[in-house]
Amino acid sequence: MYEQVKDENFIIISVAEESRGNETAREWIEEAKPTYVNLIDREHHVADLYNMVNVPQSVWIDENGRIVRPTETAGSHDGWRSMNREDLSVPEDSAAIIAKAQETYVNAVRDWAVNGAESRHVFSEAAARAHMQLPTGNVALANANFRLGLYLHTSGNEAEGNSFLQAAVELRPESWNIYRQAMNLRQIGPMGFAADEDFFARVDALGSDRYYPPPDIEGFPNELGFDPPA
Amino acid sequence: MATILTEAGATDVAGAEAADESLWLPIEDVTRATGWTMKPEGLCRGEVCVPVPKDRDDQFVREGAVNVAEFWRHIDSPVLHDAAGDTWMLGNSAGERAKALETLEAPDFTLPDLDGKPHSLSDYRGKRVFLTTWSSW
Repeated sequence: MYEQVKDENFIIISVAEESRGNETAREWIEEAKPTYVNLIDREHHVADLYNMVNVPQSVWIDENGRIVRPTETAGSHDGWRSMNREDLSVPEDSAAIIAKAQETYVNAVRDWAVNGAESRHVFSEAAARAHMQLPTGNVALANANFRLGLYLHTSGNEAEGNSFLQAAVELRPESWNIYRQAMNLRQIGPMGFAADEDFFARVDALGSDRYYPPPDIEGFPNELGFDPPA
Repeated sequence: MATILTEAGATDVAGAEAADESLWLPIEDVTRATGWTMKPEGLCRGEVCVPVPKDRDDQFVREGAVNVAEFWRHIDSPVLHDAAGDTWMLGNSAGERAKALETLEAPDFTLPDLDGKPHSLSDYRGKRVFLTTWSSW
């Protein structure tokens, strides 16, 4: 998408929420050979500033540094929950919904990249504020626990670091940024990502609740895309 | 000696004294460790000054030192430390973060790229920025 609109007054800043830093980020970035700006955020500072709970989440910022769409899920869809947990395959109907979600979101970003303030996806100031999730006291405390836990963990005090990381997880269970990063700091998962029994138990505990609130974009698929666990 | 973590980074302060929930820093180290500066009107950062409560000023200030942990709690911001009292986290309050977001001014940040070169969001003023996140985990 970026290649197509590169001449416009538009840039992608892609932030890796990676507490292990280049150790885990480099390979992915070099493989993708991106032409946009790639930054490494060991301390999840951007997630803290913009009150993000997962990746990918996005914010649209105009030429004057103003937020025209606050933090939202960038095209992810709960349809992935239909995934076969052995071979990681996704049934065709869910795969189609997931693809439609991504396509709808990317098209909206492209429309804004080309049309700027004229894009129908740009919110008014009132709408931008209305779409914001603001942090609570527990969020602020979770972020402080995460930061201290990470510092201790990476400066030779893993056990005590892990206890603060765990406190962060408990203070803000909805943040998969914190939960999965903490898991990844203890050990990089066998599939390269943090998905173990505990993770899938969390997913199942959501029941028929969505994890990803659909972004407010016309045409974004509204189906659940998975069968809730019995 | 203590290490103080804030959103600006980690700062070692040789003359710090930690005791229970108090963290006393030499007045001359307060600014570099916390971003706040002791002045006659209170602790100040930029245009903002927060007076020290008169009825319990001995909990905040003593000769040559400021209890920055007590001040942090006074401004409703999270304070945490390790069991040994060697490392202290002075966090940001939910109110501060929420207020910043509600202005709709995109909060600025500076982060390194793969080669360690720093980039700030504000470097890209004048362009539309699609700010997005990912991870390997």
